[in-house]
Amino acid sequence: MSKIGVFIETADQAIKKSVPGVISAALQGGEVVGFVLDGLAEKYRESLGEYGVTELVSLSAANIDFSKQPEAAGRALAEGAKAFGITSLIGVSSPIGNDLLARAAMELKASLTLDCLQVNFQENYAKKSHFSGKAIATFEMGTGLHVIGIRPNSFDAVQNPVDCRVIDHDLDLPSGDAIEIISVDKAGTGQKELTEASIIITGGRPMGSKENFKLLDECANTMDAAVGASRAAVDAGYAPHSMQVGQTGKIVSPKLYIGCGLSGSVQHFAGMKTSDVIVAINTDKDAPIFTKSDYGIIGDLFEVVPALTKALKE
Amino acid sequence: MRIYVCVKHVPDTAANIKIVSDTGYDKEVKYVPNPYDEYGVEEAITLVEKAGQGEIIALCVGNESSANSLKSVMAMGVHRSILVKTDEQLLDSARIAKALAKAIAQDEAPDLIFMGKQSVDSEGMQTPYRLGAELGLPVVTGVVDFSMEGSIAKVQREIGGGARETSTIKTPCIIGATKGLNEPRFPKLPAILKAKKKEIKVIDMSTLEIADDSQYRLKNLEPVEERSNARILEGSTQEIVDSLVKILREEEKVI
Repeated sequence: MSKIGVFIETADQAIKKSVPGVISAALQGGEVVGFVLDGLAEKYRESLGEYGVTELVSLSAANIDFSKQPEAAGRALAEGAKAFGITSLIGVSSPIGNDLLARAAMELKASLTLDCLQVNFQENYAKKSHFSGKAIATFEMGTGLHVIGIRPNSFDAVQNPVDCRVIDHDLDLPSGDAIEIISVDKAGTGQKELTEASIIITGGRPMGSKENFKLLDECANTMDAAVGASRAAVDAGYAPHSMQVGQTGKIVSPKLYIGCGLSGSVQHFAGMKTSDVIVAINTDKDAPIFTKSDYGIIGDLFEVVPALTKALKE
Repeated sequence: MRIYVCVKHVPDTAANIKIVSDTGYDKEVKYVPNPYDEYGVEEAITLVEKAGQGEIIALCVGNESSANSLKSVMAMGVHRSILVKTDEQLLDSARIAKALAKAIAQDEAPDLIFMGKQSVDSEGMQTPYRLGAELGLPVVTGVVDFSMEGSIAKVQREIGGGARETSTIKTPCIIGATKGLNEPRFPKLPAILKAKKKEIKVIDMSTLEIADDSQYRLKNLEPVEERSNARILEGSTQEIVDSLVKILREEEKVI
């Protein structure tokens, strides 16, 4: 039986929300071996066992802090994959996930497919977006080792309880990396991470100001949603770039996407068209967004959004 | 200071892509320099302008018309270009990186290499890493802030939820640029005219002897069907909102 390695991405001593979905995707391919880089495998053991991880490998190397040395972290994942006979290494296509998976793939001289929407280990293919989401490409993975990143929310997490065993695996890695992470600034945080959110409410240029985004925050709070912004709203200074959804911003795939005052540009849809349900709110009945959404509300977002917030609270 | 900028010639993101075979598309659409690469080009030009010296060389792997993207970035301020010519569409990143690496090896030694963190056609997100592996250089991608402190580059990237990570990298290195790094300039007419006289050296990709040994293959390309027209909810604002909440809760079960 094949062994699929899953990079268990963590942040602040917690497993990232999209990891269980990736484990469920990996389970179709065989036995799942998790790889942890922060030394806290014991803490995650039980919850990962719930999703079907049978072996949880805690990778470590003397004098190396993986959170500060991405090159060493990628090398550790590659060494772990080799030591445990992994046939595919998969993880979440997040900024950190993509980075470490790519570094591991280079070490392993493996093929690499990031931001996959689908992966099928039986038939050995992976699917991903091409041309800003206008096409889907299917890649045949071949028989060699492959490294795969999964777009967050592309797979539902399914419980599959097993006994999970922690294995400490110490590595001898070279020191003297060329890259060193010297600080992480969390000043901009407090925003809910867009790529992990199940529900997103996004404002476009008609929001008119930074302050008006509070309307969206209030609505988002009623349903544990994240707030996004269109490129036009970001360029107008109403929201930071870290909130931008679309071609040059975040690629998101929530269960529900509510667009407020969005025109529906190709570039915006490139970042959110894989959402399950899209709701558009716009005063212009001819806005292109109404031709590519599931539900449309022709109306002023400044009336509709507060009413929606109130209705959701009830 | 010698800076290489890698530029991919890609269909405009607004272009309507027509799939014409299992793995090909109709190339009769508007092409542009990959928007992410333009952030890299702009950063290179700014660095050279600030230093008051340096050479910027653009590299592209693509068909003959890719010269247009090279002319665009030369109009922005790139000094000369190298085009590795091939008629293949949607080349895999591994071969593109090998071609870029060989073209650089035939040219001069880089101090810095800039490129976009991904292209907007194949969205592979890996050419910077593959080029790094070919040349044995460190790579950071998704860069939104760049500065040099002596021979060390200092970069920032967004790591989700609004958090920013700052790292130092020894140079020479490869930087994968993204939005936020700068605002690429729009060249003015005199610069566009001047760019027409700048050199584009053409290398036929077949002369680089790049092995196609990957088992990994693009098997199929299919268009994504757009949603059809939205179901428009009607009534007073209250009625609309009530029916939306009911639909989302009971029919779609997403809240």
